[in-house]
Amino acid sequence: MAVSLDVDGLAKTYTGHGRDVEAIRDLTFKVQQGELVCVVGPSGAGKTTLLRCIAGLLDSSGGQVRLDGVPVTEPPPGMAVVFQEYGRSLFPWLTVRKNVELPIKSRPAFRKSAEAALEAVGLSDSADAHPWQLSGGMQQRVAIARAIAYEPSVLLMDEPFAAVDAQTRADLEDLVRTLWRRLGITIVFVTHDIDESVYLGQRVLVLSNRPTTVLADVPVDLPEERTQLETRSSPAFAEIRSQVWTLVQQAKKDS
Amino acid sequence: MRRVLLAVALPAVLIAVWWVVSALAGSFFWPPLSTVLAVFPETWNADRIVGDVLPSLARLAIGYLIALVGGVVLGVAIGSFRTLRAMAEPVLEFFRALPPPVLIPVIALFAGYTGWTSKIVTIALGCLWPILLNTVDGVRSVDEVLRDTARSYRLGPVDRFLHVVLRGASPRIVTGARQALSIGVILMVISELFGANRGLGATIVQFQRGFEVPEMWTGIILLGLLGVVLSVLFRLVENWTLAWYHGQRQAERKG
Ligand SMILES: Nc1ncnc2c1ncn2[C@@H]1O[C@H](COP(=O)(O)OP(=O)(O)OP(=O)(O)O)[C@@H](O)[C@H]1O
Ligand SMILES: [Mg+2]
Repeated sequence: MAVSLDVDGLAKTYTGHGRDVEAIRDLTFKVQQGELVCVVGPSGAGKTTLLRCIAGLLDSSGGQVRLDGVPVTEPPPGMAVVFQEYGRSLFPWLTVRKNVELPIKSRPAFRKSAEAALEAVGLSDSADAHPWQLSGGMQQRVAIARAIAYEPSVLLMDEPFAAVDAQTRADLEDLVRTLWRRLGITIVFVTHDIDESVYLGQRVLVLSNRPTTVLADVPVDLPEERTQLETRSSPAFAEIRSQVWTLVQQAKKDS
Repeated sequence: MRRVLLAVALPAVLIAVWWVVSALAGSFFWPPLSTVLAVFPETWNADRIVGDVLPSLARLAIGYLIALVGGVVLGVAIGSFRTLRAMAEPVLEFFRALPPPVLIPVIALFAGYTGWTSKIVTIALGCLWPILLNTVDGVRSVDEVLRDTARSYRLGPVDRFLHVVLRGASPRIVTGARQALSIGVILMVISELFGANRGLGATIVQFQRGFEVPEMWTGIILLGLLGVVLSVLFRLVENWTLAWYHGQRQAERKG
């Protein structure tokens, strides 16, 4: 399998405001095409910083990110980002439908793609509403619909479910896995929820505390077919979960 | 219905008070309202409407539109580029501090007292600053996450201008446009006080100098009515362009 994302010695120090913050010291990892990788780490570890560097929204201060072999210096084509602040990432002056259509409106049959994406996240009925008329979980699904309608080859998601209730969260997790398996895209999924990372991922990257490095790369040997009830109560799940848990505790202590 | 009643109640009371008090006062400078209303139709006959009122309003409209387009274009440019902003800020502060009427003699030096040009330039210059400064602030206040969203979906410059910057800044642009409208009405009158013999403002001043007091009052009433009509028109445009904004604000207050 070909490498999709290649993060090589990435470093990022924020400068300015009179003090420097070394958010990321040295991150190196690869993501294969079609892989679903979860990234966990303590709050403030630099997960958002990492995603913004990968997305070409932020200049790194060292190292390199390559997408399909090409160094990322600006937002690359074929990449979609679902932001942590999803509510703020939707255009409040556009309807749900227009939000989904905006990035793709120069493509043929964009209306159909948007329709299908909204259908996939179960929001066909709310297509003509404005984002601020929807609940948090629905807004998040709009952001996801916009991302999948864009048909990216790489999808970056930054703690997308942090602010939604448990039931919606479980549904959205299953939605992400379903879409991932259907579309065969590469997904990098950032979360601080350890259970979520194990449930979703094929691999879990554990980040250390600031200044950040990769503490561990844990393979998730669970069957591809996952269900909230069975998978989460299986012994294999518990095993991996406690392994990641221990690592994250270690990450916190090291600071 | 209740709202209409509420809106009409206070003006009705004020008119009644004016009617009674002016009837009892017997002052030359404050003629009975009945007299003022009686001379209204003959004072503002077709000749005055076509020869004075409409040209004044046309100058207001032209000057205001120039200010609107110029202010938004300059404001978007200054708000978008940091170097431009650093260069422009001191100059803007200087011009903003000048009361627009002060400029009339200067403008008249170049454009002459009597023609349309100097009056339009006066109105445009006076209306420009609130629109320009509010647009700059509005552009800068566009949500960072929205900008990142637009960048990561690689929206083109036209889409970014129309759908992100302009719409995002529109609440502030409208605020500036509202301030500019009242300044514009003031300047429409003031620009006619220097050596003009036709126009709404000039006519009122001629009545005053000729001690045609009831006629002078009709002019003031007409000016007030025009102000009401303009603000109603403005409200209509605002409700249409900013429906999303008011809805969002309401949703936030409830949530
Ligand atoms: N624009 C910035 N300027 C300066 N420092 C920043 C900036 N953005 C982030 N930081 C700092 O960099 C560090 C990493 O921030 P980042 O947002 O990447 O963490 P995170 O892992 O996403 O945290 P969370 O789980 O809370 O979202 C933090 O210490 C933060 O204070
Ligand atoms: Mg974050």
